[in-house]
Amino acid sequence: MKNITKLYAGVRALDGVDFDIARGEVHCLAGTNGSGKSTLVKIISGVTAPEPGAGLCIDGETCAHSSSMDAIRHGIEVIYQDLSLFPNLSVAENIAVNENIALGRKMISWKSSREIATRAMRRIGVSIPLDARVEELSMADQQLVAICRALTGELRLLIMDEPTTALTKKEISALLKVVADLKNKGIATLFISHKLNEVMEIAERITVLRDGRLIGCYQCSDLDDKKLEYLMTGETSVYEPYHFKPDHKGVPVLRARKLSKKQNFKDIDLDIYPGEIVGITGLLGSGRTEVALSLFGLNPADSGTIEILGRPVNINSIERAKQHGIAYVPENRLLQGLVMDQSVGKNLAATTIERLTGKGGLIDANKMNTAIDTCVKSLNIKIPAVDSPVKTLSGGNQQRIVLGKWIATQPELFILDNPTVGIDVSAKSSIHKTIKTLARKGVGIIIISDEVSEVLYNCSRILVMHKGRIIGEFDSRTATEDEIQTFIESQQI
Amino acid sequence: MKRFLKTHEFYVLTVILILSAAITIINPNFFTLENGLDLLKSYSFMGVLAIGILFVLISGGIDISFAATATIAEYIMAVVSIQMGGNMFTAILIASLVGITLGAFNGFLIAKYRIPPIITTIATMNFYYGILTVVTGGKWIYALPDWFRSFADIRVITLTSKTGTPYGLSVITLFWVIITVAAIFILRYTMLGRGIYATGGDINSAERVGFPVRKLQVFVYAFMGLMAGIAGVIQALLVQTVAPNSIVGKELDVIAAVVLGGASLAGGIGSVGGTLLGVFLIAIVKNGMTLVKIPAVWYDVFIGIVILISVSFSSWQRKKEHQHSNIEIDTAEASS
Repeated sequence: MKNITKLYAGVRALDGVDFDIARGEVHCLAGTNGSGKSTLVKIISGVTAPEPGAGLCIDGETCAHSSSMDAIRHGIEVIYQDLSLFPNLSVAENIAVNENIALGRKMISWKSSREIATRAMRRIGVSIPLDARVEELSMADQQLVAICRALTGELRLLIMDEPTTALTKKEISALLKVVADLKNKGIATLFISHKLNEVMEIAERITVLRDGRLIGCYQCSDLDDKKLEYLMTGETSVYEPYHFKPDHKGVPVLRARKLSKKQNFKDIDLDIYPGEIVGITGLLGSGRTEVALSLFGLNPADSGTIEILGRPVNINSIERAKQHGIAYVPENRLLQGLVMDQSVGKNLAATTIERLTGKGGLIDANKMNTAIDTCVKSLNIKIPAVDSPVKTLSGGNQQRIVLGKWIATQPELFILDNPTVGIDVSAKSSIHKTIKTLARKGVGIIIISDEVSEVLYNCSRILVMHKGRIIGEFDSRTATEDEIQTFIESQQI
Repeated sequence: MKRFLKTHEFYVLTVILILSAAITIINPNFFTLENGLDLLKSYSFMGVLAIGILFVLISGGIDISFAATATIAEYIMAVVSIQMGGNMFTAILIASLVGITLGAFNGFLIAKYRIPPIITTIATMNFYYGILTVVTGGKWIYALPDWFRSFADIRVITLTSKTGTPYGLSVITLFWVIITVAAIFILRYTMLGRGIYATGGDINSAERVGFPVRKLQVFVYAFMGLMAGIAGVIQALLVQTVAPNSIVGKELDVIAAVVLGGASLAGGIGSVGGTLLGVFLIAIVKNGMTLVKIPAVWYDVFIGIVILISVSFSSWQRKKEHQHSNIEIDTAEASS
């Protein structure tokens, strides 16, 4: 059996990295942001060329592909995080588009497109309605469409960039099954990931990169979470658990009673005390986000009462929520949290703009700049300049800016929806640190997360939601990750 | 079929049928073959432009300079035909070439320098109109050649009405029909057409998958220019005079018709069928108002209302569908 080998040396963003994948192997590429993962992928997929002196072999044959079309011809396909699908077109067309372009077709035959799509789907044993528009599908199905599209050619290596961030546990295991199927067909898969646990589940070997250097290639069975994290960051992070025994005699920051909304959630009772961090977990679609949005006035509840610091309030708009000292960091920081084209400074000032006015209600530039400077310093954000656009920053720094702009409002209650999705380990722990510092100052905090470990290690109390209700409560001092995970999964019938 | 009942096209068709029925009840002259064929002739101009802008909208762009392009093409065609002679074929060829050139210039600016299409075409619209006004001094052309004037009267099919006047399917409508068929073919059955949809759906994905995105952009604006050129000829045939300012302000009417027909300003969505319905709807509203003797000054008000109702109805429908996918609450527990 021939090996698929690729070797590189002397690439700027990558410093003399050697790398190989065997036929049918499931390999994982791990590293923090800026470690050179994406550069390596770009070279393998022909998007950028390596420095002279680099060698790249496929099936023992030396080759230097100069474009992504070359790579595709060699059987290398990349599924990017955004999937590169066309939301407005049908499933069949999305799957067949690669082949139609590769064959240089001028005309399109709907019949043959459907055949191509059916064949690709049969290969991995899935069936998605051919005529459905891709935008109507769930994230998991969209991903399957992208995989099917990759399968239409002579696929030998499938590269998937962060395939699991948008999927639920159940969908992830379905995806892993597909990968195992590909393996049996001799197709290798390369995962790029910084979510640790699922990496371990599927890969045979892990290549770890740090700052453009190869740290090493390890057998998965030899590594555990802690060790891998150390290899990726070069430091052992200490999870400091956050335990907090609320003084129940005091006034809770938030007291919600029998909060209900049709088709969203029912009978939600919540008490958050100052300084407490409460985690809410549960499957996607359990109603967690809907509850959070209702507390922030975006999705007002139909019935039930909310008290903030003992005063009954009616939160029906974001302005109202802000007046009562509630802050919310949305799940999709790119879409909901930031104005991507605007500067860092303007984004940071956006939430407090009404406090930064001078005489006559106009914005006081000095006041604003001081506020922005304080913010940047306290958050430890690495930015080229305050006026550089937010979209030029890394994911971790973007998330810090979202946090920062809400911290600037000096909230009483801070709601974070999946605050660390899609960002790497080191950025993650620094965000967790910020959250804990905030809690110590007496802010009540709600963290919503898919990852049981995230809520377990950062919260004092964990609530589990299912089908719009709170169905369980755990104390982080006594509960274990497995216990909560099993509890969540047992609800799924 | 079930799918069709949920499409935007279906709503527009429903509105058209209801309006037609209402107008016919008040004035039976509306629902006659003669009136229908007459509308097909006089709305050829708008129909051809609508096909052009449909391509641009699907690709995710916009063009508001096409009325200016059409006017320039019309003017040059008229001047050349008068001074150098020619025939219908050369007239169309000249107008088409002028249209393609001006359209491709838009496409070039947009694809090469990545200037937002709306800015580009606002600039070129002013530039094109400005040049035309400077060069022509706003002079009208009345003395169109005889072969040009008489072409407009050709009927493909001739019928006679009860009162004895002849009417029929005008040759002008044929332009519209041929272009419509060609547009359906390009959009549905060629990689070119699918590439335009793909670009409008997600330009980055289209580039990554290997569509020649920049070339496609130049194509759609050049195609828009071609349509504008042909529309310029149609306008001259219909009105029998050429005025530098006669089409000014028609841009928004045409774009409104296409959006009414279901095309999305965000790109990726739109169909030739829907576009036809959009043009029909506008034609029916305007014609119907005349036939039921509503003063023409009310026209804009009615068009505004029709657009609002039609567009908001399908958005509302989409919103309703969206809410259906919400969480299903465990009610068994609630009753205990």
